[in-house]
Amino acid sequence: MAKILIVAEHDGTRLNASTAKCVSCARSVAGAQIDVAVFAADGAAVAAEAAKLAGVTRVLRIDRPENSHALAALLAPQVAHLAAAYTHVFGPSTTFGKDLMPRVAALLDAPQLSDIMAAESATRFRRPTYAGNAIVTAEVDPGTRIVATVRIASFEATPGGGAAPVETLASDVALPSHTRFVSIVAAKSDRPDLQSASRVVSGGRALGSADNFKIIYSLADRLGAAVGASRAAVDAGFAASDLQVGQTGKIIAPELYFAIGISGAIQHLTGIKDARTIVAINKDAEAPVFEVADIGLVGDLFTIVPELEKLLGA
Amino acid sequence: MKRILVCVKRVVDFNVRIRVKPDGSGVITDGIKLSLNPFDEIALEEALRIRERGEAEEVVAITIGPADCQQQLRTALAMGADRAVHVVHDGVVEPLTAARTILKVIEKEQPFLVLLGKQAIDDDNNQTGQMLASLWQRPQATFASKVEIAGTTARVTREIDAGLETLEIDLPAVVTADLRLNEPRYVKLPDIMKAKKKPLDSMSLADLGVSAVSRVKIVKTEPPAQRQKGIIVKDTQELVAALRKRGVL
Ligand SMILES: Cc1cc2nc3c(=O)[nH]c(=O)nc-3n(C[C@H](O)[C@H](O)[C@H](O)COP(=O)(O)OP(=O)(O)OC[C@H]3O[C@@H](n4cnc5c(N)ncnc54)[C@H](O)[C@@H]3O)c2cc1C
Ligand SMILES: Nc1ncnc2c1ncn2[C@@H]1O[C@H](COP(=O)(O)O)[C@@H](O)[C@H]1O
Repeated sequence: MAKILIVAEHDGTRLNASTAKCVSCARSVAGAQIDVAVFAADGAAVAAEAAKLAGVTRVLRIDRPENSHALAALLAPQVAHLAAAYTHVFGPSTTFGKDLMPRVAALLDAPQLSDIMAAESATRFRRPTYAGNAIVTAEVDPGTRIVATVRIASFEATPGGGAAPVETLASDVALPSHTRFVSIVAAKSDRPDLQSASRVVSGGRALGSADNFKIIYSLADRLGAAVGASRAAVDAGFAASDLQVGQTGKIIAPELYFAIGISGAIQHLTGIKDARTIVAINKDAEAPVFEVADIGLVGDLFTIVPELEKLLGA
Repeated sequence: MKRILVCVKRVVDFNVRIRVKPDGSGVITDGIKLSLNPFDEIALEEALRIRERGEAEEVVAITIGPADCQQQLRTALAMGADRAVHVVHDGVVEPLTAARTILKVIEKEQPFLVLLGKQAIDDDNNQTGQMLASLWQRPQATFASKVEIAGTTARVTREIDAGLETLEIDLPAVVTADLRLNEPRYVKLPDIMKAKKKPLDSMSLADLGVSAVSRVKIVKTEPPAQRQKGIIVKDTQELVAALRKRGVL
């Protein structure tokens, strides 16, 4: 029987939505036991949240002062220590999981499957390669322990309503001191979070300046949407790096996505393939973004966006 | 000698629109442009800048791949690497095997810094650097957008989902490059000529005592699901109407 350990992602007080998506992926493996591990300085609140996720068998709470920041070098030995009793170790395919899970896999001498988008069985998974342009089905031998990151855009969050027991575990695994947290600069925003928002408005190079980019924010506010950006817009300094959507930014699956002044390079499109409705606004009728758009509007964004905002306000 | 090791992989060029073979056995690579992985060019550029600042003396590029990858190693030498190591191997190299191989080279070369790309854009694994740091039992700073060397430590800023995180790590360490770390230089013709004379060592996995274990079997490769063809509207009013009709407003 599959025994799946999920490493919870959190900020010390709240569980990240990516964890509930990992649980959904794990639940698609028939008959799996699903344990969620919370590594924190004080994981009480996060563990309680995880315990409510439907389908979770147990929540394991490992409190250590060293876990106050999620440092892969310190978490990996603790995860690997726990993992000995499991057949699968899952983490989200966010920067947290991407950083941590391969470090765990190497300690376990286990192969890793990155960005799994479907678990067809306990040993057979689908994942994207080549920026999502080739989907592979990968198989491992039964009995091979595997580590995986779960492509969160491919799964709905598991609903609440569960009541799994929380077990507190002591950990005396030796941890290195060679890696130290210094600081984090987070763009504080009251807007919806890009990764979980149901609507996203993204702007590209065509916006031309950080000042002009404000019309993207303004349209997003009107729609109650999160803001995203192409790499070109981030590189040019119009938007913060954590707003980048695409192969090397965030992979998202909103209900509604606006690509405004974005050409639609494959590296960008791979980040939005799972969006329910894609709207493209671009002055070039030949822009590749129109090949994936459900609704396209050809024209100058500087006239279209304010007009649209006005219409939506009415 | 203060040395930086940079791992470079040859991949299908990022501009190529890849196509899946009709029989599902993989992607079509015949006659397709192959290049250095873009993230690896960034890693190499960073190593060169560190050397140019006088904080390193030598930059060594390493690749694991078939014999004709030599061409991409020559590109790395033309960019400015001092030497290259080619571990010749045909066929799949899983990230754990790549990490084991690089570790063997580290043992020989004793670098104070190992730079890799954050991910190879063919398999999109994003694993090798982290696995290497794990096996080597050294710090890792992944998705780097800034690297500052300060004696026996480094300060690295990382692009993470929540923003920009800064870590302090003891050297030696592994750093993986993200897109905004730098903009790689262009190779000039005289550099290509000079690169031909730079040392390039070839060896096999067996020479390093590594065996290529392959535990993940790719049973099928398919194109992604196609999206339904959309509509073009003529103005914002039609756009809003179309959105209402789809029930998304
Ligand atoms: C390894 C690698 C990884 C990458 N990862 C990512 C990634 O994660 N995310 C990402 O986005 N990119 C990524 N890229 C970059 C990608 O290849 C493109 O360069 C980038 O997406 C282009 O951004 P853009 O569409 O904003 O700019 P452009 O391609 O320059 O497009 C601008 C568009 O705006 C239109 N336009 C101009 N003026 C107006 C106007 N007034 N009104 C309306 N339309 C107008 C133009 O017609 C054009 O289509 C990556 C590249 C590499 C090599
Ligand atoms: N065969 C290889 N030869 C040299 N470096 C490699 C190889 N495979 C991976 N790497 C390095 O590891 C990084 C991450 O690759 P991956 O884990 O495959 O996404 C790449 O950007 C390279 O720097």
